[in-house]
Order: sequence, then C-alpha cells, then structure tokens
Amino acid sequence: MSAHVEVQQLQVVAETDTGGTITIVDDVSFAIDKGQVLALIGESGSGKTTIALSLMGYARGGCRLESGSIRIGATEVMDLSREQLGQLRGRRVSYVAQSAAASFNPSRTIMDQVTEVAAIHHLMPRQQAQKKAVELFRALALPEPDSIGSRYPHQVSGGQLQRLMAAMALISDPELVIFDEPTTALDVTTQIDVLRAFKKVVQERNITAVYVSHDLAVVAQMADQVVVLNKGAIREQGATAQVLDAPRDEYTRTLMAAARQPQRHGPELDSAVPPLLEVRNLLAGYGKIDRQGQPAVPILSDINVSLQRGATLGVIGESGSGKSTLARVIAGLLGPAAGQVLFDGEVLPPTLKGRSREQFRRIQIVFQNADTALNPAHTIARILGRPLTFYHGYRGAKKQQRIAELLELVQLPANLAGRPCSELSGGQKQRINLARALAAEPDLILCDEVTSALDTVVGAAILDLLTELRSKLNLSLVFISHDISTVRSMCDEILVLYSGQKVEYGRREHFVKPPFHPYTDLLIASVPELQQGWLERVAQRPALPEIGRSVKSLELCHFLERCPVRIDGRCNRLPPPRVQMQRGNEVLCHHGEQELRELEIPPLKCVAGGAG
Amino acid sequence: MNQLLLLLGKRIGAALLTLLLVSAVVFFISSLLPGDAAQAMLGQSATPEAVAALRSALGLDQPGHIRYVHWLGGLLTGDPGISLANDMPVAELVATRLPKSLVLAGITTLVAVPLALFLGIYAAMHSGSRTDRVLSTLTLCMVAVPEFLLATVAVLVFAVKLRWFSALSYAPPDASLGEFLSAYAMPVMTLCLVLVAQMARMTRAAVIDQLNQPYVEMAVLKGASLGRVVLRHALPNAIGPIANAVALGLSYLLGGVIIVEVIFNYPGVASLMVDAVTNRDMPLLQACAMIFCAAYLVLVLFADICAIVSNPKLRS
Repeated sequence: MSAHVEVQQLQVVAETDTGGTITIVDDVSFAIDKGQVLALIGESGSGKTTIALSLMGYARGGCRLESGSIRIGATEVMDLSREQLGQLRGRRVSYVAQSAAASFNPSRTIMDQVTEVAAIHHLMPRQQAQKKAVELFRALALPEPDSIGSRYPHQVSGGQLQRLMAAMALISDPELVIFDEPTTALDVTTQIDVLRAFKKVVQERNITAVYVSHDLAVVAQMADQVVVLNKGAIREQGATAQVLDAPRDEYTRTLMAAARQPQRHGPELDSAVPPLLEVRNLLAGYGKIDRQGQPAVPILSDINVSLQRGATLGVIGESGSGKSTLARVIAGLLGPAAGQVLFDGEVLPPTLKGRSREQFRRIQIVFQNADTALNPAHTIARILGRPLTFYHGYRGAKKQQRIAELLELVQLPANLAGRPCSELSGGQKQRINLARALAAEPDLILCDEVTSALDTVVGAAILDLLTELRSKLNLSLVFISHDISTVRSMCDEILVLYSGQKVEYGRREHFVKPPFHPYTDLLIASVPELQQGWLERVAQRPALPEIGRSVKSLELCHFLERCPVRIDGRCNRLPPPRVQMQRGNEVLCHHGEQELRELEIPPLKCVAGGAG
Repeated sequence: MNQLLLLLGKRIGAALLTLLLVSAVVFFISSLLPGDAAQAMLGQSATPEAVAALRSALGLDQPGHIRYVHWLGGLLTGDPGISLANDMPVAELVATRLPKSLVLAGITTLVAVPLALFLGIYAAMHSGSRTDRVLSTLTLCMVAVPEFLLATVAVLVFAVKLRWFSALSYAPPDASLGEFLSAYAMPVMTLCLVLVAQMARMTRAAVIDQLNQPYVEMAVLKGASLGRVVLRHALPNAIGPIANAVALGLSYLLGGVIIVEVIFNYPGVASLMVDAVTNRDMPLLQACAMIFCAAYLVLVLFADICAIVSNPKLRS
C-alpha cells in the first residue's frame, strides 16, 4: 500500500524586493503512512513551518510553491484551484498553530470558531457540530466541557486554548492534522498536559499527523518518523528511535548536543565575603498601596535572597510567578511596597529616581527580546557608544576602541559596528544586547529569559558566552528562566518562585534528587526527556486530595490549588512554615524533610497511575 | 456588565469634563478678538462715552470670570444670551439654522460613510491589486485638494458653465424631490469627496492591519472564503478603528461645512458663525463654537463606545 501523504521534490521560493527569488525549501521529499505521526524538526529558518503549510497548498505572504508534488490520498495539492484548496483546508487537512492566543479571533466565542469549520464546509447542522465539539473538549480533558465554548479566547488559559484549537482542527475528522509547535509557548507544567491530551486523541482516532517542533524531547514523545531540516533542506530522516539513538548526520548531532545541557561551572566562591546583593523581606506589586501596606495587585511576598560576588542566582517559575518583577525591583524600575534591596552592603534607594549614576552603572539588565530592547534604527556603535559616554565619558577614538573591545568580548566581528542592528540575526542581536549591558562595566547583570526567544543551538552558545564572561569579568548574574535544565546548568543557587512565593531556595546540587517542594518536583518531572516512551511512563496525575474551604485573610501556600500532597485542615488553614532541609535547602511547605522524602510525590513518579 | 457601565460612565464623564474645559477656552479665546460689539454696533464715529454706556448696558464692563459664569449658567439653562448684532435671542437664531446644517451633515454622512466603508474594505480585500492602487492614488489626491478649491471649481463647472445646478444651495421647505436633490447636490458632493477619501483610507488601513493577524491565517486554513474571512473575522475586530476613522472623518465635516456653507451660501450654523465673527457678536459666536465642539466630542465619544462595546475584553 502506498503512503497516505507523499511529498516529492518540493521547492518553495520567496520573492525578494528586487524581483528575484530565493529558494527557502529545496528538494524535500517524505511520505507518511496512514495513522503515523511525522515530525519536522529544525531551527527557525529551517523551513519546517513552510513545508507543513504547503501540505495545505498554502504559502505565506511573498512565498510561492514553486515545484514538486504534494499528494494527499488521491489528490495532488499542487494542481488544485483556489476553490478546491478552500475545500481541502479545514476539511481534509487541518492546522493547529503555535500561538493559540493569536490564532483565535478575539471577538468571537470559542464555540463559534470551533464549529465554524463545519459551517464552512456544510458538514453537519449547527446543533450536531456543537455536540461534537463538546465531545472533543471532553476527549481533550478540558475543564467544564459543556460551557467552555461560550467563553471568549481571553477568558481561558494558554494551555486550554491550545487544546481548544486542537478540537477546532479535529471537528471535521480530517485525514491529516498539522501541529505547528503547539506547545512551544506553554509552561513546561502545562505542556505535559497538552502533550498527553494530543497523544491520546492522535492514538484513539488513528490520526495521520505532521508535528512541527524544534524540541527533540517533545518530538520523541509524539512522532513515529522524524525529518531533520536545516536551511530548507533535509539533513536526515528515519524512524524516531534511529534518529535519536543513532543520528547519522552531523547537524542532528549538533542539535542533540545543544538539547543536553552541559554543566557550566563558575569559579569556586569564597562564602566568607559579604554578599554583593541582598533582598530582604521584599513585598512588591502593582497599583496603589493600601493602608496595610499591600499593593492593589501583589506579585511578590516575603522574598529573601542573597548573591555572592561572582555567583549566579537562578530564578525559576512559570509565567506570572513574579520572576521579572523581582528583576524590576532590583533594577529599580519598580519600587517595593516593603522590604529592602542591599547592594554591596548599602541599602539601594527604591526607585531609579533616588539612585546615583554609579548605582545605575553597577546593575545592568538584559531583556528577553533583543528585537524590542534595541532601537532598530540605531547602529551598533551608537547602541554601545551611549552607555560608554554616559557612564564613563568615553569619546572619539577611545570610544571606538572600547566598542571594538566589547564586540570582541561577545565574539562578534568588529566591522559590525557601523551596521544597524536590524541587519543582525537573533543570536547576534542578543549578543549586542549583552554587550550593551557590559559597556557599563557592571558588577551585576540581571538576565531576564535571555535565551527563551532563541533556537536551542544559538541559545546554548549565548549560555556558554555568559559563563565565560562571568569568570573573566568576575560578574554576578541573576539568571531568570522558565527552564529548570538551563538554570541547573548555569547557576550556583536556585530560587523557585510560585505565584510570588519563594517556595524553594538552595544550591544547584540539591535540585537533582528529592526531597523537593511539591512544586519543584512537578517542575522537574514535567521536563520532557530525550527518550521515547517518557510521556507514557510518566503516569496520569491522580485526582488532587479533597480539602475543605480555605481560610481567607491568611497568607496560605499559593500552590494549594494544584498541590498533589496537600493536607486538609493544615494547608488550607495555616500559613506554611519555611523548613530548612538538612542539606541546606529552604522549602516553604507543611511537610517536613522526612515526609517530603518519603512522599514520593505521586503526580509523575508511579507508573500505574489512576485516572486524571 | 456593571464594569461595562462603569467604563462607559467614566468615558461620558470625561467627555462632559472636556466640554466644560472647552467652554472656558471658547469663552476666553473669543474675548481676545480685537474690538468689541459696542464699538461694532455704534460704528467708527461714536463718542467714547456712548461706547462706554453701551458696554455697561451689555454687561461687557464686568470682569471676565463673572461674565463666564453668567454665560455658562445661561448655556446650561438653554439660554445662551441675546445676539448683540441683531438683538434676537441666540437660541432662536441657532434654532432656525441648526436643522439645516444637520440636514446637510446628515445627507453627507448617509452618502459618505457607506461609500467609504465599501471602498476601504474592497481595497483592503484586494490590497496590492490594480484596483487598490488606483483607489489609493485617487483618495490620496482627494485628501490633498482643499475643499474650498473643490467647491469653487464645482460652482464654476456645474453652475456657471453647465448650468445644471444653482450656485446658491437653498431648498424651500415645500421643494419637490428634484429641487431638493439639485439644491444639495453640489455641497454634498464637495463634502463627500474629501470625506470619503479620508475615511476609506483609514478603513483600508484598519482592515489590512487585521488581515495580517494570525487568526486570519487560521481562518484561511480552515477553508474560509475571502468574503467570510473579511466580514466574519477581520471586520468585527476592526470596528473600533473604523468607528474612530468615521468619527474623525465626520468631525472633519464640521470644519468643511463652514467653507462649503459660505461658498454655496447655505443658511446653516456655520455661515451664521462666520457672520457672528464679522459682527463681533460674541454670544452668537460662542454658542456656535460650543455647538461645533459638542458635536465633535459626541462623535469621538460615539467612536469610543463602539470600540468598547465591540471588544469582548472590555465588555466582560
């Protein structure tokens, strides 16, 4: 039997402004059998999304499907007219986009959009489509499946929206589903639920699918076949097990190496020296501060951390945990509602207004997105020159020389200085972003998700650079990330934030084996492993223990709502104590050290799990 | 729902406050105009004593802030004072003219808004095509031409040369439909040309902005036709910007109407206001200015309310 989907010698070109064309996908051929999942993996610019979209006969603005053959069942997609393509899309081939938040129409209800496919293709009456949608919501483990459809996209969470989008793709029982990086924008603890839901429907309905991703570990869970792409061409293809265990291509091996985080050790630290940075009893948030000293929207509460000179503090937590707020308070962009930030033994004025130029200089911040942090109209020399003049009064030849030194420091060629930063690649921009901070010759750099927007290989190079600079310049870093493996690889100490609470704090070595705080445990266990079958081994989460109503007005554990080991009568009645573990970790939990060690927290450890 | 009402209430309150500030500005700016009504009424040869007597009779000798409070109180109770130039209540003068201006503005709106929306949406749907480029060039030309030029050329061509319409636009109350159309054709056409061009350009930009959003690509990948994509997906999200474009366009109408009314000698509020300036007739001028400002604020408020109501994030 021939394959269900067959792509042969596909070529996609992009039109340039000058009227010429560039080939962005070249000579790509692959086949997918019915009921199989094929993964397209590669970095940004590898053409993976372009290839996936071409299966729907679609090319984004400025691109064109130039030649080759795309056969789905008995249909040659390249030969279809505009109307025929309309009949193919959504009905026979459907698409799950990377960012569900952007791909749902903000002004229409979810049900309206999920059932629209049925209406466009006249598949079934409205009532029946709604019934089917509710069934799919249930199959995808969405909460309140009967009523969730009547909400608007902004009223549900990111992970739920991603599953709702899968429901939208499945309502027409398509022959082929394209998943385009569907979990990349999600927190790791959410990702695992979404992956599990996807895997279940794919298996139950025997769906043929293309799974686009840059994440090898995720691909290992989802795909039967893997196609590795680089710069629009296939580097390697084969069964998932073969590609992961015995990659034949050099590029595949590079990808695998970048995915496995090496230990990036800093210099040994002298703990007798007073700390460079100390945060004491910090309370911070947004909005007006009321009479009790609470801000209208409290973000961080009761945060105590310190950082040695030359050391790296990792701050980890999911989106909304208050990681960036902590950096903003240290930098002085946001004044704390209570508590202090001490730098080199001195109390820092709460906001930038009170701080001296010298204090500015010594603490620098590097933002996540270099695209928005750097002015695209300025040249590199101007971006780097301004802090040099502002902080050090460098001008003329001295300034030029220093710019060249900075570029060398971040391993960029000196001749980039005259170029506008819009001409650089993402990784180069992030290096300039870093060089801009280094220009001030700071003691402390706050790195806010500096590698999150980058490809794995490029991101790994930035991490290596940071490690090198740190030893060379005796820098201290506050390294904010949502990725525990990066943090474990980079940092000396780790602070785990959950919804603004410091739930665990300790040295890196202690984040490898339990006892952990239940949230740390969830975080660590949710990181996909680079081996097939991990998702199946990780059991379904059992139902959370029943608890009574929570006492209001007390600062209870914020993780209470999601904690698999919560205790009725304790967790919902009393604020959690801060427990010092024997090995030095600080944990905010009602469970003691012995209990946490013995708990063998159920969510992901036991193989034969109960129903979720 | 309560939150929505609160939001709307705040927005309306802000509009009222703005109107109050505007009234102060209108009052004090208009009192900066050189000369005053007493001088204008008595003529150049009047003795200073006579002028002073008339000034005190008219209350012009009182300090500015007291006159402002009196005037504001009058405005709020529906009595904006007595016209200095022709000794009639301002309210009465305005009442005879306002409906005529509203008819002119109304007809223009009825013609211009649907036409502009159609052209804007059509151009956005076919952006980059020949039709789009032709429309873009034409609308750009129209935006660039000042309406007094358009109006004068229209009079020259249609009234003087072709003699299709009368140069004076006035339809008696018992006019037939033909007479009515012929009277309004030229001023409405002049106003529409500039207005349609502006609104169509802004509508096109608003729709194109939405067409570049990922959810539109998603709709295309669901197999939706171009018409469905634009009407069901892009347009609901473009209502806010489009309502703003329409409001801005229509508020432009307020300025345009002054020139057009004067050139076609149309008896509306705008020409009344121009007369008031020539006669130094402060109460009348201030009342007219307040009408224009209030109309502007109402339009902008309307656009904001449209944007709020069409956005589910603000609605809930």
